[in-house]
Amino acid sequence: MKKAPKIKRSREEEKEYRKLQKAIAALPNPSFNNPEKVQPTKDVSVPSVIPAIIGKNKTAVFGDEKPASVTDTSIILDTNKKRIESVARLRKPKARKTIFRALGYMKKYWYLLILVLLFSAINSAFEIFIPLIIGDAIDYIVGVGNVNFDKIIEYIIYLSVCIVGFAVFRWLLLRTANGMSYKVEQQMHNDMFKKFNKVPLKYIDSSSHGDLQSRMINDVDLITDGFVMGLITFFDCLATIVLTLIFMIKINVTMAIVIICATPLSIIAAAIIAKISHKLFKKQAKSVGDLSGTMVEMVGNQKIVKGFLYEERSIEKFDDINKKLRDVSEKATFYSSLSAPISRFVNGLLYATVAIVGCVFALKGNLTVGGISIFLTFANKYSRPFNDIADVFADLQAAYASAVRVFNVLDMKDEVSDVGLPEIKRCTGQVEFSDVDFSYTRDKRLIQNLNLRVEKGQKVAIVGPTGCGKSTLINLLMRFYDVDKGEISVSGHPIKQVTRKSLRKQYGMVLQETWLFSATIRDNIAYSKTNATEKEIRRAARLAGVDHFI
Amino acid sequence: MNKLFRFFKGYRKEMISAPIFKFAETITDIVIPLLVANMIDIGVKNHDLNYILGWGAVVIVLNIVGIVSAMVCSKLAARACAGISYDIRRGLYAHINTLSHAELDKFGTATLNNRMTHDVSRFETALGMFLRTVMRAPFLIVGSAIMAMIIDIKLSLLFLIVAPLILIVVFLILKKTEPLYDKTQKDLDRVSEITRENLQGARVVRAFNKQDYEEERFAKSAKTLRKSAVKVVSVSSLLNPFTGTIINFAIIAVLWFGGLQVNTGSLTQGQIIAFVNYLTQISIALVSLANLIIAFIKAINCSHRINEVFDTQPSVVETNKEYINIEENKDVPKIEFKNVSLAYSNSAKFAVKNLSFKAYVGDTIGIIGGTGSGKSSVVSLIPRFYDATSGKVLIDGVDVKDYSFEQLRGQIGLVPQKAVLFKGTLKENLQWRKPSATLLELQKAVKISQSAEFVDELPDKYDYKVQAGGKNFSGGQRQRLTIARALVGDPQILIMDDSASALDFATDANLRRAIKEEIKATVIIVSQRANTVRNANQIIVMDNGNIVGQGTHKELMETCDVYREIYQSQTK
Repeated sequence: MKKAPKIKRSREEEKEYRKLQKAIAALPNPSFNNPEKVQPTKDVSVPSVIPAIIGKNKTAVFGDEKPASVTDTSIILDTNKKRIESVARLRKPKARKTIFRALGYMKKYWYLLILVLLFSAINSAFEIFIPLIIGDAIDYIVGVGNVNFDKIIEYIIYLSVCIVGFAVFRWLLLRTANGMSYKVEQQMHNDMFKKFNKVPLKYIDSSSHGDLQSRMINDVDLITDGFVMGLITFFDCLATIVLTLIFMIKINVTMAIVIICATPLSIIAAAIIAKISHKLFKKQAKSVGDLSGTMVEMVGNQKIVKGFLYEERSIEKFDDINKKLRDVSEKATFYSSLSAPISRFVNGLLYATVAIVGCVFALKGNLTVGGISIFLTFANKYSRPFNDIADVFADLQAAYASAVRVFNVLDMKDEVSDVGLPEIKRCTGQVEFSDVDFSYTRDKRLIQNLNLRVEKGQKVAIVGPTGCGKSTLINLLMRFYDVDKGEISVSGHPIKQVTRKSLRKQYGMVLQETWLFSATIRDNIAYSKTNATEKEIRRAARLAGVDHFI
Repeated sequence: MNKLFRFFKGYRKEMISAPIFKFAETITDIVIPLLVANMIDIGVKNHDLNYILGWGAVVIVLNIVGIVSAMVCSKLAARACAGISYDIRRGLYAHINTLSHAELDKFGTATLNNRMTHDVSRFETALGMFLRTVMRAPFLIVGSAIMAMIIDIKLSLLFLIVAPLILIVVFLILKKTEPLYDKTQKDLDRVSEITRENLQGARVVRAFNKQDYEEERFAKSAKTLRKSAVKVVSVSSLLNPFTGTIINFAIIAVLWFGGLQVNTGSLTQGQIIAFVNYLTQISIALVSLANLIIAFIKAINCSHRINEVFDTQPSVVETNKEYINIEENKDVPKIEFKNVSLAYSNSAKFAVKNLSFKAYVGDTIGIIGGTGSGKSSVVSLIPRFYDATSGKVLIDGVDVKDYSFEQLRGQIGLVPQKAVLFKGTLKENLQWRKPSATLLELQKAVKISQSAEFVDELPDKYDYKVQAGGKNFSGGQRQRLTIARALVGDPQILIMDDSASALDFATDANLRRAIKEEIKATVIIVSQRANTVRNANQIIVMDNGNIVGQGTHKELMETCDVYREIYQSQTK
């Protein structure tokens, strides 16, 4: 997914530019070129034993399984459903609260917001002056021997100022607005990341990581796109509309009324097309999802498909879905590609009407020829900001759905606070479970009434089949999860009554996940002790038996 | 691109007529400003109301002609695009189904899925855009230029300056932003990567108390992302102000030089208005032209990726599609491996080295060894998922390579290591091997696989809906159902690739007994459990691709250290 500059500009050519930018953005897409890119974390399987050996840990915990988490796809389906439901309506009070909360992120950048408003007002003014001046200038080019060159030079000077002013302020507007939206985005990114570090592990274990990641990247992007850029576009369009109205009425009231009357037509046409194609796109997305689901199911299990001679049947199955996709995407492409011709058509009608009415007025002497030219330009430009505002509302819908998803994360309850609790100072290495009950879900009891006392220096191994709760014990010891009943104490301290930090410092642990982060091997080995010396690192590597391949 | 052209064949009519209709719309776009100029010049000047109204009506009619042509064009283009991408996907899927595992492993499911969905739809979008604009943008440019020349040849020289200037600006800015976009994308990937790392490694981060460190690391990358994104915007936002300025200064030139000509009588006021309009039109068209070029490049990139799949040929080839008559002969082994070795294409290491064994009808062969010892590789040679690098695999005395896939795989019942079921009803899942299997046959298989107890308790029994992968069954249930699936239709060879790992010992034992009693197949059991293979006629012990022991349980206990070790470690 690419970051294209986000402002919705209010002219057809700008839409073309946007398309162009998006197009160029999609060209050299590195993530797309190698979707097969190997995840760096899984590449080298240096066991995460090493960090455990460094540092002064008295209790070594070796876990080998994390609680069975729900498979990714099912969660994604779930959230999709929720997503559709949450798109519902923006009018409800709850929705309003969400919107204001998202807008609240801009508060910190109020000075930028003011600048944006200022720039868009100035920019719109210059933009409107340009056709006005051109029209006026044309009025001084009447016929043979009847061209007022002094006046034309005067207007050319005005025009030059406006052109340069327009260009400069347009750029300033785009730059400031985007700068602000990226600042909001950065803020949201950081807030979410901090949240991930604070929520109980239960939440992370039971969520699809792909989904959380997509909230961080895609949803935040949609929010800033919808709320921040939407708001700014809204102001930009509003300024253009108001100023255009003022000038039109000043020149000729009747002509202005003709144009104003035609506005709803254009908006309605745009809205209908947008609605139909939105619906179809949703259907298309679902169809693509089905197709890709079948694809992954069948190709991912190709051994079974081949072993059971299922190829023909799977091709038939695929073809059914493929046909559905073809039909829906034909419709979606058709309707969505109509939006440009239809807005051209409505504008064309308006243009013709203005030309006819303008000529009639000119016959009566109520309008100059330059005046007609001005109105013709307005006819071309006036209805576009309205269409853009309609677009903003469409984006807002998507942004709202995303905001709900992001705020759901930000509103997760933090782990029980351990601020003010004492630290474990002296560690004896003794561990005790007394009357511990624990289960991940209420309907499936796991650990019941566990009593266990391990003295200093004892070596304890935990054995059992899959899913019996071996690694759960580690989850509890580390306070990744809290017990439902009973108490665990380490070195004589009940673990709920000391800080997590000091508790976790007591352990060196080797997790079942061979998780390494993307950095040098040195950084990974020295993860638990950032200031580890070269010697310590080498020793740890040797002890874990990985020195030879490093 | 070229190779995908063959998919265009069925849509030749649409692909030719869509641009023609677009052409019609474009003509109306060009003619209308001209007519309006006439209305002003002739109508207003001569105070001729009828002239104005008459030509006004023509303008409106032309508008309608324009929109109708545009709609027809859109319809045709949409049909062609959807149809062509449908054909591409169908062809792609059929081709993927012919590929063997060596190639599938090379691509990976995710990549293939990406090419099937993203690349094809990108290609479709680009194609649609091409069909809809191929006539419009260039024609608008040429048309506007010609019309301008008709009005005044000297003034139209302006177009020769403006058009290249705009194109240069567009491409310069695009060229400048391209690497910046790349950088932004990389920064975004980085933010995404750190997020993923921290979600996956949440335990490690917390265990080592590294939250602050990670937050700092993340904040840094989020800031870098913002900075590069803003940099892109700073450059790309220059595009419109720049081109707009060029056009507007061209308009100034029109005013001045046009004014001079109006003064001498070689140009009229209305013509100047038309000139200004053509200038604006051309600036829009130039940008769409750039879009078109980009769409082209994009489509070519996507088609390369799609063609890469099409160009991949299966390494396991079905050379003979005919059925081979096999005469029953008790002395010929059902399965025979003759000095078989296998090395996967991407590795120099042998997964199986020099394996020979014979299994007669009704025999059970056990293969035991640790993870990665090559057990599964041995069994994947029988249905020809891979071909042996050297040596021969024979079924009924005939090389597996000489069989048709249908005859070879049709006699095998396969229980894969990964116990997956497919979306659909339970019945559909069980009928995979034999679509015509009756309920009675299914029940028999379900009973042997020890699944009867829970299948009978399902709400819809055999019509019970299975979720993708079979997620609505427990691991053990799923394994038993995959065994039942393999048993339907009485396979002559039953391959069980570590497929009882999630079963408890009692069920495992019952299962093996039932198979022995009810099934007359040659059975190959792969397992890590000594108990599972213990009663086999022959046990093959594997370690790191090597055969370290071969014989019955009793023999191996005496001669094979690895086997003894495995056995003792599991029974003590």
